[in-house]
Amino acid sequence: MDVLYFAWVRERIGLPREQVETSAATVADLVEELRAREERYAAAFSDLSALRVALDQELSEFDASLEGVREVAFFPPMTGG
Amino acid sequence: MRISVQEAAFELGAESDAFAAGVANAGAVVTFTGVVRDADQGGLQAMEIEHYPGMTERALTAIAEEAMDRWSLADTLVIHRHGRLAPGERIMMVATAARHRKDAFEAAEYLMDYLKSRAPFWKKEILSGGGADWVAAKDADEDALKRWQGGKSPAS
Repeated sequence: MDVLYFAWVRERIGLPREQVETSAATVADLVEELRAREERYAAAFSDLSALRVALDQELSEFDASLEGVREVAFFPPMTGG
Repeated sequence: MRISVQEAAFELGAESDAFAAGVANAGAVVTFTGVVRDADQGGLQAMEIEHYPGMTERALTAIAEEAMDRWSLADTLVIHRHGRLAPGERIMMVATAARHRKDAFEAAEYLMDYLKSRAPFWKKEILSGGGADWVAAKDADEDALKRWQGGKSPAS
């Protein structure tokens, strides 16, 4: 699936998007896999309360299922307006 | 209903005129414009606005559709810019048209409250002295949504 990062999450991880091969069942499982990769991922995902997640461009939750999902995005709380 | 996510500046007068001219039988047109505010001591060089292409348009459309459902509106307009903006530049505008002003005012406030914390934009302040800070979301912005909840809410 495609995994996208925005704002300081993108800066901390050092890239805006990547293709991830995963069998993670939920967003939380995917986060655990990413955290285990490298320090920069562990740093970006250290505090999930500071992060939001969107599945196929709809705001979602960390306990949500990834079944059928093609695009996951991680970002800080939004600051539009 | 028109949603525009754009890098280019917009003409407030021209947009407001075109919006008002496009609605029939609306006795009230409300517009709100957000402007890049300078930091306290003139320390802001620019504001960089990042967004999530695709999701941004979907989220703004969902928010505007919800406003059209909740209030008796003739039309709504949302324009939101991204990219690098200087202090004093206009970031975004919303406009609502209704038969009566209460609907137009309330719907405009609703649009603003939701697009502040439910539309995927992120602001970064570029400081004159060097350095940059991501603007943190405020608890007050999240709290502002509560006044509209009770009914169903979009994009939440």
